[in-house]
Amino acid sequence: MAQHIVSRQIYYRVFVTLLALTLLTIGIAFIGLGGYLNTIVAMTIAVGKALLVMLFFMHVRDSSRLTWVFVGVGFFWLALLLSLTMSDYLTRSWVAVTAW
Amino acid sequence: MPMVLRRCTLSERHAALAPHFDDIAQQSEASHLGMWVFLLTEIMFFGGMFTGYAVYRSVYAVAFAEGSHHLDLVLGSINTVVLISSSLTMVLAVHAAQVGQRQLLVGFLLLTMLLGLVFLGLKTVEYTHKFADHLVPGSGFLYAGPHARQVQLFFSFYFGMTGMHALHMIIGIGLLTVLVWLAWRNRFSPMYYTPIEIVGLYWHFVDIVWIFLFPLLYLIGRH
Repeated sequence: MAQHIVSRQIYYRVFVTLLALTLLTIGIAFIGLGGYLNTIVAMTIAVGKALLVMLFFMHVRDSSRLTWVFVGVGFFWLALLLSLTMSDYLTRSWVAVTAW
Repeated sequence: MPMVLRRCTLSERHAALAPHFDDIAQQSEASHLGMWVFLLTEIMFFGGMFTGYAVYRSVYAVAFAEGSHHLDLVLGSINTVVLISSSLTMVLAVHAAQVGQRQLLVGFLLLTMLLGLVFLGLKTVEYTHKFADHLVPGSGFLYAGPHARQVQLFFSFYFGMTGMHALHMIIGIGLLTVLVWLAWRNRFSPMYYTPIEIVGLYWHFVDIVWIFLFPLLYLIGRH
């Protein structure tokens, strides 16, 4: 399909950004931020990198709206899987259960 | 005025266009959506493992950090860079196909394969070290300390998740081999290069899985 051709410059820029974010995530791992903050920051960077790969390398940015719906649905289901499961496991300690 | 529907004559149809599609654009869109549906099942496949990981890490946070310290951060970091580079060469292959540069296309596809093989080679080195250190779950697992059983669980996740990821890399390299062969035989043109884009989607997806695996396995409790 003769579709929109993205300039190679954009690919190089995305690549450099991905490398910089990799260095950042390694660097931050050696600094104690306290509590869950390290994990939250690491996952935020990972989500940012994944978005860059999807939008530019996987060409989602230039894809049809139907493709956007398909991609969105995938991550919606993943969010359901993670959030419903973890809302159980992370809150179990909130209520003291003495006997089943 | 009624809209005039014009049918393509046979000579106007591209050789790669299947008879049940109106034009190349529609065929390409169908291929892309089909691939995304497959990738959604892949998201859920890896998602199950990530959820299992999240549950056990929340329960055994200390042991998971302890286990993470036994992973080779240098090799893991190099592999992250290798994989991101392979994503760049993959997207440059797609670009070469779009502008009809066959030699560049073959070159970038081969480079992507090579980087994939480098990744798997380094992974093999890491796995070998784990076997030598008795850190592979099972009867050979030897670990001193109060969290031995939980650290073994961490390594079960490590081998399960990186193993599944490596299997996807091997499949990807197989797909790339087919593409190199087809590109070499001049089967693609700026009008038709859908297989390269579709394999590209797969390759980038496998890259994204590693983008999450790397901080979750290698970078916990480093401070």
